[in-house]
Amino acid sequence: MSTASAQTLPNRLRWAATDAWTITRRDLNHWVGQPFGIIVTLLFPVMLVLMFGYIFGGAMSVPGGNASGGSDYREFLMPGMFTMTMAFGLEATMTSLATDAARGVTDRFCSMPMAPSAVVLGRSIADMLASALGLVVMIACGLLIGWRWHGTIGEALLAVGLLLLLRFSLLWVGIYLGLVVKSPETVVAVQILVWPVLFLSNTLVAPETMPGWLGAISEWNPLSATVAATRELFGNPGWGGGTWIAQHSLLMAVLWPLIIFAAFFPLSVSRYQRLSR
Amino acid sequence: MGSSGYAVVAERVHKRFGETKALDGFDLRVREGTVCGLLGPNGSGKTTAVRILSTLLRPDGGRAEVAGFDVVHRAADVRRSIGLAGQHAAVDEVLTGRQNLEMFGRLYHLGGRSARRRADELLQRFGLAEAASRQAKDYSGGMRRRLDLAASFILAPPVLFLDEPTTGLDLRGRNEVWDAVRSLVAGGTTVLLTTQYLEEADQLAGQIVVIDTGRVIADGAPEELKSRIGGDRIDVVVRSTDELARTAVIVGRACKVEPETDPDRRRISAPVGDRVSALTEVVLALDEAGVAAEDIGLRRPTLDDVFLRLTGHRATTKEAEEAA
Repeated sequence: MSTASAQTLPNRLRWAATDAWTITRRDLNHWVGQPFGIIVTLLFPVMLVLMFGYIFGGAMSVPGGNASGGSDYREFLMPGMFTMTMAFGLEATMTSLATDAARGVTDRFCSMPMAPSAVVLGRSIADMLASALGLVVMIACGLLIGWRWHGTIGEALLAVGLLLLLRFSLLWVGIYLGLVVKSPETVVAVQILVWPVLFLSNTLVAPETMPGWLGAISEWNPLSATVAATRELFGNPGWGGGTWIAQHSLLMAVLWPLIIFAAFFPLSVSRYQRLSR
Repeated sequence: MGSSGYAVVAERVHKRFGETKALDGFDLRVREGTVCGLLGPNGSGKTTAVRILSTLLRPDGGRAEVAGFDVVHRAADVRRSIGLAGQHAAVDEVLTGRQNLEMFGRLYHLGGRSARRRADELLQRFGLAEAASRQAKDYSGGMRRRLDLAASFILAPPVLFLDEPTTGLDLRGRNEVWDAVRSLVAGGTTVLLTTQYLEEADQLAGQIVVIDTGRVIADGAPEELKSRIGGDRIDVVVRSTDELARTAVIVGRACKVEPETDPDRRRISAPVGDRVSALTEVVLALDEAGVAAEDIGLRRPTLDDVFLRLTGHRATTKEAEEAA
């Protein structure tokens, strides 16, 4: 049997890319082999949109909105739901890594002469693809229930870019947690914790309506920055708060993911290397 | 391969996890083309040894070579020379058997076409051709382990590590895996397998290494080891501990050896040569002496017996009893 023998740098980079793609393809095969999983992942946020948009929506008033409740709330809601879809991706990343570790698949990869970065890189590509697909489904769902973007195409694309940037940063949180917990069962705890983080933001309601201290926490929630920035870019009704953070949501929607990435990327890398010590 | 004639060499390997000494001066030599059974109870350091030899862990001290390469400094070369089948069937359950082998083949850098061809060869060889297009989650335990073995054998590596390859399998699954391992050994592969079952080591290995608390306590051919523990055994369980001493004398006279007494289990145990005649003699002798035994039986020696003999203490009781 022949294997890659020359360990030159271009050769190693080529194999790192090839191996990462092999791992990515494995996930794409999962979509085909277990379509139920990806369908549930794609449709769960749609269900939440219908729930929040139509069950709670009638009772909601939107700050700065002219009509009360209904369609205005759905315009307000959709950017929050896009962001939520990105946040849900965290669980998927974590579950895959924890399952591989528990089943010994990670050990097998580590005992093979493949590029060590491929496990993580391949996972990133696959999860970003899944989230991009999720976003497409959500945008289609939004359009169906009357959500529109009112700005330019450029602004709308920038908003999509910000959403994917947030997903990319959360990817590394997921990878780190997946490597730390080592058992798929623990993932349930994170699944539950995602909810308070989600509610404690401007995703569903304006922080101004909360008690002062809670509102402040919500405004500083990294999810809020992305939600507020995408509302602005899509031209959807925002929460229009007067605080510094509310005025600088676009800046924060770029900064927060960068901070998260800067914190969790090195943590994930060192954790992954520590697997073999 | 190393010029030494040994496929696996470990010298004074130490590994510590916090306060626990997992390996405490572990030594091992496995000749090329042979099968070595690493026998020990849970927590004895078997898995740690395999993880160090397969480059998954770094030793704290000592030195180890696999296929002539140092496991720390030449890890990449070691990885190209080994296959590893761990305690779990480390396959992707959602993928089909063929997809699994093809994926691992690509990760071994065979390239798409060779990976597909190799996958088909291995599916055939490990008796999985018919199940090739089924998802691994629908496989039986034995099939999953065979798929796992096939994945570890993609490069036909000179050295294979099998960490408890049959744990959790039923008898049929166990036989299936044993046959698969035998066919690999016939091809000249060096195999290091860990097990909690004396029978498994006996079935597959030409060399048995017994490990306890991170150290090798016995190393030899299965026959040597068995002669040290004495082959088959007869057990006599009495109704009350008062009868233990008297029974020991009777059993000792019938079997012509000094029997072992286990007061916790109210059991007298002795090695036997001829199974049937020993059983007959013991039953008759007990009957004549009027000792009412609760149970009399013949059995193969277990890991427990090996440990009792070699260390004076039992292997972790629960697993050993299940193995018995």
